[in-house]
Amino acid sequence: MNAHAFEGGFANPPQDGAFAFRAIMNAIAKPGTIFSIQGGVPPTGLSTAAGSVILTLCDPETPIALMQSADNEEVRNWITFHTGAPIVSAADAHFAVGAWTEMMPLKQFRQGTPEFPDRSATLIIECEKLEQSGAFLRGPGIKETNRFSLPNLEAFQRNSELFPLGVDFLFCAGSQVAGLPRTTKVSEV
Amino acid sequence: MNEYNFAYLDEQTKRMIRRAILKGLAIPGYQVPFASREMPMPYGWGTGGVQVSAATLTPKDTLKVIDQGADDTTNAISIRKFFQKTANVEVTEVTKDATVIQTRHRIPETDLSDEQILVYQVPIPEPLRFLEPSEPETRKMHALEEYGLMHVKLYEDISKHGAIATSYAYPVKVEGRYVMDPSPIPKFDNPKMEMSAIQLFGAGREQRIYALPPYTKVVSLDFEDYPFEASKAEHSCELCGSHDSYLDEVIVDDTGGRIFVCSDTDYCSSQQQIIKEAV
Repeated sequence: MNAHAFEGGFANPPQDGAFAFRAIMNAIAKPGTIFSIQGGVPPTGLSTAAGSVILTLCDPETPIALMQSADNEEVRNWITFHTGAPIVSAADAHFAVGAWTEMMPLKQFRQGTPEFPDRSATLIIECEKLEQSGAFLRGPGIKETNRFSLPNLEAFQRNSELFPLGVDFLFCAGSQVAGLPRTTKVSEV
Repeated sequence: MNEYNFAYLDEQTKRMIRRAILKGLAIPGYQVPFASREMPMPYGWGTGGVQVSAATLTPKDTLKVIDQGADDTTNAISIRKFFQKTANVEVTEVTKDATVIQTRHRIPETDLSDEQILVYQVPIPEPLRFLEPSEPETRKMHALEEYGLMHVKLYEDISKHGAIATSYAYPVKVEGRYVMDPSPIPKFDNPKMEMSAIQLFGAGREQRIYALPPYTKVVSLDFEDYPFEASKAEHSCELCGSHDSYLDEVIVDDTGGRIFVCSDTDYCSSQQQIIKEAV
């Protein structure tokens, strides 16, 4: 295991975790709005935002799937050292990290059950950049409409049709995070 | 090491609660099971709300705690002191200055902003519990969206009392899907639940967390010919004269004397201040 795996965790876990969680909660509660998140310094393959999300939410109880672009020895060692989360395949994962195209098809992830819809995956999607433009979003957390640069429309529309089942998304770029829960209706206009 | 971890709970517990809060926000009105911890206060004193607040607070927050609208009751004071000691956060009694408000059984009269978080203490999170005691059954009823029993209950209210007699913990339907217990707030507060702030609900003994993102559609259940009414006592506040705030009836002597006063102490004192400045 190389030395970097031991570095780059939260400097002050209770406080950094609290600030990072506030950003994540705001992102999920206010779909499509971009929030700043930091604290984690992950190795190559993960953004600051994705690393901070993992440090805030993951531990030995939450198996993580690393999609191809996020899957390297350094990332595996870093996640194992800082969170203890087991690295698993998509079907068993509570969290998954990677690029949007690697997440397809979404049905490879846990969707929850009618009695326990919360037992569903949260997908951490690494993006080039996040912008407050593009697709129109409507639903809980949004006063009228919000706009967000989604990588695709159809997959999100199908996911929201599954409600209350489905998966939830956190989009990460640099030290920014935005969320899209399964309740959000997306459209071109 | 003689200090508490920030906001009392250990980090592993906070992560577990935080994950439950996120799934709660993603599925508004659905009760997410969580591994509720023993807290240094008895069940019924807000252990669920305290755990949700502990997982939500940041060092920069300003906390307000109310019990039935009042900042100065035992429960509110002890929870406020608990977080002063364990999280070292600022506290306030002024609704608009708070970033996190923990509440027992009231929504503040002052409208909340999109920068604020309202945390409810919930005794019985399951709205169907008094109609169906079995948890596997009620879980199945939510899964199948089978809420006929709740309408029968409201109908029986009408046939017995001539009106829907439920006056607090009045059931609501969230985004047209889940029937949810709004916690024992008076039904006067139900229409306020469509608000700009994030609402989080914690039930410690029953081990459930649920949530409402801002602007979520919350409809109080009713019938076309018996529409929902957000009722309050037909009086005005004895102290500030307000006509539109929720009132408590207070007995003032042993000869049956009684007055009505605002249940929201911060609202009442700010109204009194306005009157004083106008004179």
